[in-house]
Amino acid sequence: MNPFSYNGGVCVAMKGDKCVAIASDHRLGAGRLTVGTDFPKVFEMGPALYLGLPGLTSDSLTVVNKLKFRVNLYELSENRKIKPHSFKAMLEHFLYEKRFGGYFIAPVIAGLDPDTDEPFVTAMDMLGAGETNEPFAVAGTAEESLLGLCEALWEPNLKPDDLFETISQVILNAVDFDCLAGAGATVHVIEKDKVTTRTIKTRMD
Amino acid sequence: MALSNICGADPAWECGSFEAPTPELFGVDYIQGKTAISALNCGEYNVGLSLPTLDAHQKIVQSLLEAPSTDLQLQQGAEHTKTANPRNLFLHGTTTLSFKFQGGVMVAVDSRASSGQQISSQTVNKVIPISKYLLGTMAGGAADCTYWMRVLNRQCRMYELRNRERITVSAASKLLSNMLYGYKGSGISIGSMIAGYDKRGPGLYVIDNDGMRVAGNCFSIGSGSPYAFGVLDTEYRWDLTDKEAYELARRAIYHATMRDPYSGGNVSVYHIKETGWVKIETQDVSDLFYKDRGIPVTA
Repeated sequence: MNPFSYNGGVCVAMKGDKCVAIASDHRLGAGRLTVGTDFPKVFEMGPALYLGLPGLTSDSLTVVNKLKFRVNLYELSENRKIKPHSFKAMLEHFLYEKRFGGYFIAPVIAGLDPDTDEPFVTAMDMLGAGETNEPFAVAGTAEESLLGLCEALWEPNLKPDDLFETISQVILNAVDFDCLAGAGATVHVIEKDKVTTRTIKTRMD
Repeated sequence: MALSNICGADPAWECGSFEAPTPELFGVDYIQGKTAISALNCGEYNVGLSLPTLDAHQKIVQSLLEAPSTDLQLQQGAEHTKTANPRNLFLHGTTTLSFKFQGGVMVAVDSRASSGQQISSQTVNKVIPISKYLLGTMAGGAADCTYWMRVLNRQCRMYELRNRERITVSAASKLLSNMLYGYKGSGISIGSMIAGYDKRGPGLYVIDNDGMRVAGNCFSIGSGSPYAFGVLDTEYRWDLTDKEAYELARRAIYHATMRDPYSGGNVSVYHIKETGWVKIETQDVSDLFYKDRGIPVTA
């Protein structure tokens, strides 16, 4: 069985006007069985830096722990918070270290630059090849649906509330057409010095 | 022509070397290449519970299953080869159940159709009325199920007209299983329950594409069946009241849709009594979920 769809799950991130949003679903599966409906796939890596890790759950958890260790080490030696750009470089490097036996994950990063408040969003593959010029990033089992919905619904300069509405509609409607994702969703909207986390209801079947 | 090239269709289909399974059944002229064949071949599928003859179309189905990589398909990429394989088409995940009890036969189904992990529809009707007293459930390939249920429908009607008597559940199910046995190994995918009421009382049979046919009191078929059985086996009794039976059937499907990613949508419940079948209800499982928890349903 494909390790990328064994546990199921999706993640999407979007840029707004001086804000970013990142969302993930809550389903945890084991092949053809749903074992949990309380498993968001977005992890906090800093005050305004979030990492979404759909894919094989055991690898996701491993990567989060190892990465958190590196981020802590970085912040101790540099004596400042890590920037999303540096975090992306760190993650790329980290993933490519395992070039011949990688982690089965599809990372999505969302964050604000601590100095400029510039929104930052990126997605990459399991070996760390990323794309930074898009205003949104998608990953997971409903990747295609998510991308299509992002293309259709996203517009430039969305304010935090509108960004929340947009990303919620995107994840809700993508997840409703995917067997392996769903069971609720969590949305984080990241602003300069505020992060709003909301849980949204979806179909549970 | 050009469109089918873009779609990566096998050019052989255009030339008419493709033959739909038993077109004679429709009793209409079928265009094959440039020659029209007019053949209403009743003998092949008469009501004598006989075996159908196998011929060239088996080879075609077989070749589809093996999905040969022609040059065209290689150019178009592997995706198209995948869709040409009937095993990957529509409605593989399902939960259906049926049980006999004191008040007749209950039939309940979910309504999700999926191809791969993509949900194609949440509102599929997986219960097919064969007659006023007979219902069939669909699991497996959607096209296979609808087609063979139609054939069975015709067969049962023909039986009634010839014999001036309602067909028994036993005979109807045997008709279908005998037809399917003739296509054994050719990739047809059907898991069906034939439920009904006849002169012998309530009847319930399970049919599959290998030609299996088993009578029993309590069945579930589909990817969600283990979960449905879990509920069904603990609560099932022969002397269930009608109300209890509806509740049990609905709950078994509901819990299956919660655990099985390939089942979902609506739960439909049917009750077959001596007087024929009645549809009891169709309910959105999402509504059931949130009502259970006392959460108001928005959207």
